[in-house]
Amino acid sequence: MSRKLLLAALLLSAAPASAQTIAIVRGTVAIGDGSAPIPGGTVVVHDGRVVAAGANVAVPAGARVIDAAGKWVTPGIVAGFSRLGLTDVDGVDQATDISSDGPFSAALDIAPAINPNAQPVAVNRADGVTRAIVAPGVGKSIFAGQGALIDTAVDRDPVTRPRLFQYVELGEQGAEQAGGSRAAAHVLLRNALREASELGRGLPAAVTRTPSQPDSQPVVRNPNESRLYDARRSQDVLLTRFDAAALVPVLQGRQILMIHAERAADIRQVIALSREFPRLRIVLVGADEGWTVAPELARSGIPVIASALSDLPAAFETIAATQSNIGRMRAAGVKVAIGTINDDDTRMAFRAREYAGNLVALAKLPGAAGLSWGEALAMVTSRPAEAVGLGGEIGSLQPGRRGDVVIWSADPLDNMAAAETVLIDGVEQPLVTRQTRLKERYQDLTPGVLPPAYRR
Amino acid sequence: MRNVKARGLGLVAALAASLLAGCATTPASEPPVKFNHDPYPSTYRPYPGAPALLKNATILDGNGGRIDGGDVLIADGKVQAIGRGLSAPAGTVIVDGTGKYVTPGVIDIHSHLGDYPSPAVAAHDDGNEATAPARPEVWAEHSVWPQDPGFSRALANGGVTTLQILPGSANLFGGRSVVLKNVPARTVQGMKFPGAPYGLKMACGENPKRVYGSKGQMPSTRMGNIAVTRQTWLNAQAYKRKWDAYEAKGGEMPERDLAMDTLRGVLAGEILVQNHCYRADEMAIMIDLSHEMGYKISAFHHAVEAYKVADLLQREGICAAMWADWYGFKMESYDAIRENIALVDKAGACAIVHSDDPNGIQRLYQEAGKALAAGRRAGMAISEEHAWTWLSANPAKALHIFDKTGSLTPGKDADVVLWNGNPFSTYTRPERVWIDGALMYDANNPRLRPVSDFELGQPGEGDVK
Repeated sequence: MSRKLLLAALLLSAAPASAQTIAIVRGTVAIGDGSAPIPGGTVVVHDGRVVAAGANVAVPAGARVIDAAGKWVTPGIVAGFSRLGLTDVDGVDQATDISSDGPFSAALDIAPAINPNAQPVAVNRADGVTRAIVAPGVGKSIFAGQGALIDTAVDRDPVTRPRLFQYVELGEQGAEQAGGSRAAAHVLLRNALREASELGRGLPAAVTRTPSQPDSQPVVRNPNESRLYDARRSQDVLLTRFDAAALVPVLQGRQILMIHAERAADIRQVIALSREFPRLRIVLVGADEGWTVAPELARSGIPVIASALSDLPAAFETIAATQSNIGRMRAAGVKVAIGTINDDDTRMAFRAREYAGNLVALAKLPGAAGLSWGEALAMVTSRPAEAVGLGGEIGSLQPGRRGDVVIWSADPLDNMAAAETVLIDGVEQPLVTRQTRLKERYQDLTPGVLPPAYRR
Repeated sequence: MRNVKARGLGLVAALAASLLAGCATTPASEPPVKFNHDPYPSTYRPYPGAPALLKNATILDGNGGRIDGGDVLIADGKVQAIGRGLSAPAGTVIVDGTGKYVTPGVIDIHSHLGDYPSPAVAAHDDGNEATAPARPEVWAEHSVWPQDPGFSRALANGGVTTLQILPGSANLFGGRSVVLKNVPARTVQGMKFPGAPYGLKMACGENPKRVYGSKGQMPSTRMGNIAVTRQTWLNAQAYKRKWDAYEAKGGEMPERDLAMDTLRGVLAGEILVQNHCYRADEMAIMIDLSHEMGYKISAFHHAVEAYKVADLLQREGICAAMWADWYGFKMESYDAIRENIALVDKAGACAIVHSDDPNGIQRLYQEAGKALAAGRRAGMAISEEHAWTWLSANPAKALHIFDKTGSLTPGKDADVVLWNGNPFSTYTRPERVWIDGALMYDANNPRLRPVSDFELGQPGEGDVK
């Protein structure tokens, strides 16, 4: 009863709570930018944003003070690649919105499909995942549609950035979607860009990003670019008008093109694509064989969101997979982050911090390439945010970032730790889930007067 | 009434037999032919190993015991001694375990390595004989590809020394499992755990009814699942009666049926039932069904709702093999909770951490760590040495090999892992792994890293994985 009231109170008080000033004191504070954790640090959040974090930070008058002595404080975990919010239960078709076999592909916008009440959102929130990069999955085309950045907060508005990127398959799956050959996938991609180009002719040029604003985000505000619908098209088209229109911002560099590829040869093709179309803002996802082409990847500047622990030749495109992939790519200067690519990506984003911990473990293993603790944390906080151009907004405790802060019972990269307090946009979140309720109902099996159904 | 009738039939049969025996021209009935119960015998022999003394480590003995600053002596393939301040004969390799842990090797009771190997291409789909809902005649060992690169990952990254390979769960009766030592070999016989009994994979719930329902066949419902399962056992009982009588008295040899051979082996207590079952209510039905038909369930696998019936599992002496936190991938996994393993353990039932996954098997020790942490957060006092039983003693018991492995008891197989830190942590990896006293993996020696034929000559051959 009291828990329900608490939940209701949180829901109702969401807006005023964000205006609160919260000071988390005496914890071991990790900024999330790759730096080492700071013992006895302070984090101050005001009006939904981080104001300051680190040692020697003053507690503002009137702040709500949370004592984190003996605990760890980090930015919330950012799921670097996920399908969070797109399913309630994976195996139940009706409860799944990942992909579509309908007529559209690139035009699909995943934002309206996000369900903030889905249990996987709650489970991940309770485990310290505060934001997730969410991609649709492909249906009948190499283009899956437009992905979003979401938060996991208990509120009505889960979408932080809709239409953040277009997702395309260019490896084994891309070949399958294109009719059985990678050659076909590449022709389809180029044809799609040609059709978008024809449709986009006459539109204002792309927003130019200046180096001084690396994180300025030319968000695609209207995915349907409705004035394009009347534009003349040649007879020689494969894409629907909606799909072609959706690719105009990609072609103009206003929307990220997120490409999934694993094998070395495919990654080289992605690098070649970035030279052929210099305005494309490419992010590479997967890259199990990335370490074998790491210098080229580094030179290309293409950010990579990779699987951390993929180490099996699960497919012929991942023959060289090793857990040292991320460590080696990073050592070569590639901008890398961790994601859960086709790895229980609808539900298990919370494993990202264990994965990061495993990469720390590799540092002790002869011949392996591991990460420092600070860099490992960055791989699941700031690095994915930076990969999609939002490093100035989320993923670290640097001043001005959104107030996504987690207090952990212990070192969060070790699997003994649990999230004890979770703030999203400066608002404290409930950590109750169906799982915790079921545990409470069944932890004592002593028969009662009435059956367990009355126990709550 | 039924008994009277049966007895009456027996009398008639006895009369007929005596009449036949009394006829001088009829030869005496042939003595019963014994058929071979082990036609694909293990050819595994332990590899040569140098005697080794692991000194000054934290030892979790796998059966709930702990020795801080302890030693383990292994020689001749066996654990020779465990304690403090052990001395060793000349020529023994001394391994400094300071700051490290020593445990018995991890046992994964639920793996599909070899029958769903990497690469996961259609040509390798050998885990489900999904052509009829009851296929007890198939044996997983006839699908296992010893060159699956996953075995080496389970060894080097997971410290797994023993594993049970099961058929999949498309069928109510999936076929026989096989228990393997995690040693590379040219043949599956070269991996088979000597003396380990066979298992029978059974399944309840969504998978069988989905697979056959979608083909317009029975079973298409849970009640259909149970009906087909019961009828199959009734057939097995009839088969067993025939064969038991023949083996006792001889006469004309009944026809052999591979499917029924396996089920008869279960009814005779020689083959262990390993039952895929997620939901609490379905476990209760399968338990009644086992009583009805006269067999024992060794373990429920994927027992996501075991916590709801942990008391029942304890009373029945049935193990539950579980994941630490996997949930929500299908309807029957919707009620998974993090405390499942700890709550089953608290009820006094036999809790096991299992993988069912070529990646998960590499981190079973970390999964146990998460289960341990969840239990402690829920207020249960669980020691590290007790939690290790989830990975060794308990799966060994559920596989009936606890007399051979699963703890660091002198005389048992020297299946031993030296960990470079706390063996529940994400920060820890196996440093050395011995199987039957032979050093099969050494993190410090790239030559002691097995490379499957499949990976030979490919990018990344022999790499750290």
